[in-house]
Amino acid sequence: MIAAVGLVVGVLAGVLLQPEVPLALQPYLPIAVVAALDAVFGGLRAVLDGIFDDKVFVVSFLSNAVVAALIVYLGDQLGVGSQLSTGVVVVLGVRIFSNAAAIRRHLFNA
Amino acid sequence: MGASSSTDPDPDPRPGPWRRLRRAASPRATRGQVLAGVLCAALGFGVVVQVRQTDTSDLADLRESDLVRILDDTTERGERLAGELQDLQATRRELTEGSDRSAAAEEAAAARAREYGVLAGTLPAHGPGVVATVTDPGTALRATNLIQLVQELRDSGAEGIQIGQTRVVAQTAFADGTGGVLVDGRLERSPYVVTVIGDPATLATALDIPGGVRETLRSAGADLDVQRRPGPDGVSVTALHAVSAPQYARPASPQQ
Repeated sequence: MIAAVGLVVGVLAGVLLQPEVPLALQPYLPIAVVAALDAVFGGLRAVLDGIFDDKVFVVSFLSNAVVAALIVYLGDQLGVGSQLSTGVVVVLGVRIFSNAAAIRRHLFNA
Repeated sequence: MGASSSTDPDPDPRPGPWRRLRRAASPRATRGQVLAGVLCAALGFGVVVQVRQTDTSDLADLRESDLVRILDDTTERGERLAGELQDLQATRRELTEGSDRSAAAEEAAAARAREYGVLAGTLPAHGPGVVATVTDPGTALRATNLIQLVQELRDSGAEGIQIGQTRVVAQTAFADGTGGVLVDGRLERSPYVVTVIGDPATLATALDIPGGVRETLRSAGADLDVQRRPGPDGVSVTALHAVSAPQYARPASPQQ
């Protein structure tokens, strides 16, 4: 519940503050957001599995975002930034789908 | 699942996962809940910021390779448009020059038509010249006298001749009539007013040649009075000659 409230608070803060993304972060924020989304789905799945651990969630959330951004940064430096970010998004998308499938199986037995 | 639900004080018809979800959702200020809330707030914030950024972003957050590609595209497009512009300008220049040329040709043709109109007697004309008045009290004047007069005027460079109300051109016919002379079928009587455009001095001199027109007319009993009218508006020849299309003659091109 607190997580949902936090999500709403974050959305409202983004809408109200209208912050400007720093130029250096602009290529990495979307990847970090997708990675964090993956971590949230993973946490939800862990809750349903009964193995949710707050430390694991926090670490996975932050490390997912940071590693995804780092990969894209590395790709940019190597000159394959757009391809690598596509790859990261694909991998994260696959993970999100598998987590969502696990959640669905838990909740609906289907 | 069955064992745990049997010991539950509040029997829940829903299976385990839902209960776990409900328990996780129930607001408890545990460290995990608070951390999850904070991280979810960060996620929501990031999503909204990124969506807004995507809405408003233009070239600023594109990668170098994309920018190079866009620059290439733009340059190529600019070159193509420049070439198109050059073509169109060339076409425009051609058209303008063409219309200028045709306008000049039209002007020249109109000027030539005016000159020919004056010569052919289809256009009125004015200019310096003389007015020769032949008074013939005894109606002794014959067509040949007028022909001699016109011939003398032509020889001395007359560019437009009018006798009475008739324009004298190459085809003008003179015939003897009763009480006068038929000029192109129109009867002219004394006094014959001959309006001539040309050099007044030359025309007047030509008529005064010894043994010329004046003496011939005098011997026929007529009198010739010549008035010189110099200046651009000295005399005006207003009578027109109606030109009919040639029935037999056809223009031939100069090369043949």
